[in-house]
Amino acid sequence: MKALRLHREMDAIWRTEPGWRGALRSVNHSDMGKRFIVAAFVFFSIGGVLAMLIRAQLATPHSAFVGPEVYNQLFTMHGSIMMFLFAIPMFEGLAMYLLPKMLGARDMAYPRLSALGWWCYLFGGTILIVAMLAGVAPDAGWFLYPPLSGKQWTPGINSDVWLLGITFVEVSAMCAAIEIAVSILKLRAAGMRLDRMPLFAWYLLATAGMMIFGFPPLILGSILLEVERAFGWPFYTPALGGSPLLWQHLFWLFGHPEVYIIFLPAAGAVSTILPVMARTRILGYGALVAAVMAMAFLSFGLWVHHMFTTGIPHMALGFFSAASTMVAIPTAVQIFAWLGTLWSGRPQLKLPMLYLIGFFIVFVLGGLTGVMLAVVPFDAQAHDTAFVTAHLHYVLVGGFVFPMLAAAYYWLPHFTGRGRVMRLGEAAFWLIFVGFNLTFFMMHLTGLLGMPRRIDTYSADMGWTWLNLLSSVGSFVMAFGFALFAIDVGLQIWLGRRYRRNPWQAGTLEWAMLTPAPSYNFASLPTVASRDPVADTPDLCVRLARGEGWLGEARHGWRETLAVDMVTGEPEHIAILPHNSWLPIAMAATLGGFFLAMLAGLYVVAPLFLIGVAAIGWHWGWTQGRRDDVGTVPAAGDRCLPTAYEASGTTGWWGSIFALIASATLFTSLLFGYAFLWTVAPNWPPPDVISPTWWQPMLALAGAGAALAAMRRDAAAPALALAGQVALLAALVGLLAFALPAPTTHAYAATSAAVAAYALFHVGIAVLMLAFLRARIRAGYVGGARRNEPRIVRLWNDHAAGAGVVAMLVLAIPGWLA
Amino acid sequence: MLGGATLLAILVFVLLAAAFLRRDPGDAPARPASRPALWIGWLGLAMPGAVLTVLLGYALVVGARTLPRPAPDMVTVGVEARRYAWAFRHPGGRMTTGELHIPAGRPVDLSITATDVIHSFWVPRLAGKMDAIPGHTNVLRIVAAQPGTYRGECAEYCGTGHKDHGFTVVAHDAAGWATFTGGAR
Repeated sequence: MKALRLHREMDAIWRTEPGWRGALRSVNHSDMGKRFIVAAFVFFSIGGVLAMLIRAQLATPHSAFVGPEVYNQLFTMHGSIMMFLFAIPMFEGLAMYLLPKMLGARDMAYPRLSALGWWCYLFGGTILIVAMLAGVAPDAGWFLYPPLSGKQWTPGINSDVWLLGITFVEVSAMCAAIEIAVSILKLRAAGMRLDRMPLFAWYLLATAGMMIFGFPPLILGSILLEVERAFGWPFYTPALGGSPLLWQHLFWLFGHPEVYIIFLPAAGAVSTILPVMARTRILGYGALVAAVMAMAFLSFGLWVHHMFTTGIPHMALGFFSAASTMVAIPTAVQIFAWLGTLWSGRPQLKLPMLYLIGFFIVFVLGGLTGVMLAVVPFDAQAHDTAFVTAHLHYVLVGGFVFPMLAAAYYWLPHFTGRGRVMRLGEAAFWLIFVGFNLTFFMMHLTGLLGMPRRIDTYSADMGWTWLNLLSSVGSFVMAFGFALFAIDVGLQIWLGRRYRRNPWQAGTLEWAMLTPAPSYNFASLPTVASRDPVADTPDLCVRLARGEGWLGEARHGWRETLAVDMVTGEPEHIAILPHNSWLPIAMAATLGGFFLAMLAGLYVVAPLFLIGVAAIGWHWGWTQGRRDDVGTVPAAGDRCLPTAYEASGTTGWWGSIFALIASATLFTSLLFGYAFLWTVAPNWPPPDVISPTWWQPMLALAGAGAALAAMRRDAAAPALALAGQVALLAALVGLLAFALPAPTTHAYAATSAAVAAYALFHVGIAVLMLAFLRARIRAGYVGGARRNEPRIVRLWNDHAAGAGVVAMLVLAIPGWLA
Repeated sequence: MLGGATLLAILVFVLLAAAFLRRDPGDAPARPASRPALWIGWLGLAMPGAVLTVLLGYALVVGARTLPRPAPDMVTVGVEARRYAWAFRHPGGRMTTGELHIPAGRPVDLSITATDVIHSFWVPRLAGKMDAIPGHTNVLRIVAAQPGTYRGECAEYCGTGHKDHGFTVVAHDAAGWATFTGGAR
């Protein structure tokens, strides 16, 4: 009875409000996870329909089904949707739903950020789909190479739709990456040391890290291309000192890690499901963690293998070829660890396992063709042919879609609390598996017969007719399979019978709760002593529901969860999470207004929305915190812990660290672009446009120095730091206004202005945050033991000062040298 | 390479199948993970490490052989791609569009660039691809062993006319080449 009372009290604090209000205001991670998954599947279906149209067009020679204008939009949208609107959001949704449950927490670290990410994703994706229905979808290929995607060769808004829509969606990916990393590192069960963490969390941690480093180059490249299209800053225009290769470097610097960003979460699902299916523990936990980290690291050294035919020197090709083949080793470690796990257990051919077998076969073949393509002379022939299309589908469908289907069937009982209705899942598997191989195995052959990618028709005398027809038939078989899968899932959701908890006898924590999961996950939080806590303590679920763990008391209306030491899992403090709110949707809608204004060419209106974003951000920060100290509060038995208001090393601090790392990566990419153009473009910088400048660098150094010193002396007295940042701001504005040439004249001028703009942006944020801190101190939110906000603002202050000085030096040096 | 890949794929599939087909020990209690050194050390690390080293060495040697090294009887042709045509500047200054003329049996270095968007020069039977990038000039070495005509195409998506953005390569014998260039080597 205690469990029932506790359930009512907890649910009153954590639940999502009923009806529309709940739909718009919810910040709950289970809600967000499910929304991401469902929306991603909807986008997958749209992308799938586009693929069927492509295959219908290619089924016969000289097809007149669609013309090249429509066909170009079809393949561009198919790729963009599958990459950005399906794969990434799908695993984000799965991670959001599962991670807190697996780690023994009640929610993600920043529930409002999850919701913001969700709305950005939904709005950004909608922009792309609406544009497609209006016939102005992007049509320059999913990697949008300039100059083809530039203003001269794509004068309509097609490319702008991609650049703005996808960047809007990337806001959500960055939110998710930071949130996933901090949630895994800080919000775990007591005693869950790093080496007791579920492998799924390790994989997601690596993924989040890769996203933090991998997405900024793409976001930067997109901003630069949009600025070139909108305002004529010639970053990619060779006639004015730019280079189209800069885009390729920035794009693939993201684009290759992206493949592993998509693969790793799926591999994490494999590592979770496979031992359960084999009724054993995973073989080589440590080796798998090492392999994942190696893969995350190596994947950043491979991007040039997408550019083997761009005229890069042979030695450099050798290096990137070696790195590309090397990444096969951590992959092999994982494959054989999984095989060894199957061998040491007693595998059962249940439905998730069937999909895992599909994963093994398809992914291994894709991996092997990948090694072939890493060999430069082979790639020089196979590059940009249907062989590459076949390879990437084997890797992505094998490495992502099959594991996700296995995950869907494995965790569906968790989502629904229900059992299966009919055995449609097996039939769906065979349709998908046979259809997939029929489609794409043939495409290896058409590719080797010389069929290039992205051609809308071909003539019968090329000898590609039969292979193409078989591919098209296969694609429709596969589509029926996916339809059957969707029907099967729908049946289970609506007609399935109530089923027992933990149907697979799994050992991870997400099964130590009621299914479907209650809004608060665990009525009290577990203490963990091994990697399979549920297997150790069979009645764990009941004991937690009775409130026998940590934080098993509903008090003050607080949404509490435990924050632990990153390495040891020793409880540190109590994180108090925000309640349901209008802020996420308001923020996303305001951001949406900015992106739409840019898309419509209303460049005067767009900044107004950014002012709105700043105002909402201010309010966002203001609604958290307390004006008095509460001291330590009971956490479990007689253990007392401080609340996050009075602790250091909070999720807010760590989130700022990761956000700043991401931003610094973007800045580094920009500086890379500057150095790249300097070396490849002739006459760079043009001597007649640069002149030495003195007062701005001096003022900037003085301002940055004052800001740094002031926040070090007393972070709770930000007035001097504020003055320092304002001086830095003035110096940067002075540089842009008086020292730098007009950005439209030359790529040097454009890149310099972009460097200054980055610094200006961060200094502006620092000014806002310091002003915010002053207001918070006056209002009494900072004081006593509540010292968290000054610590966080100091991080942003320091970064802005550093970026300002670096930018100033980079921009002043050419003048001094001249 | 294809054979090796097939062997490796078969190895994985056999191990996978065998995991399920081995005699089922019934309801014996779950065993702890066994023989990690074999699975991870030998199969996961050593085997791919060895295979990849050999493959990589081979690739570098083959790749180096296709490099445009100076040769006494070398011919240089300028290639300029645009939407949707290919222009060639041959020795002796003769310009053609859509038809590249080369001497058979001699190394030909192509200086490839583009005037509008990115294209890619590809004659499947003569060499690998080389991108034609505005603002950059890339060099590709081709050799046609026999006189004859070869089909070439644009391998980088360049817009609505991409699929028809092809050209022809005519490889002449020594006499034909002399006639074409008007005596220039």
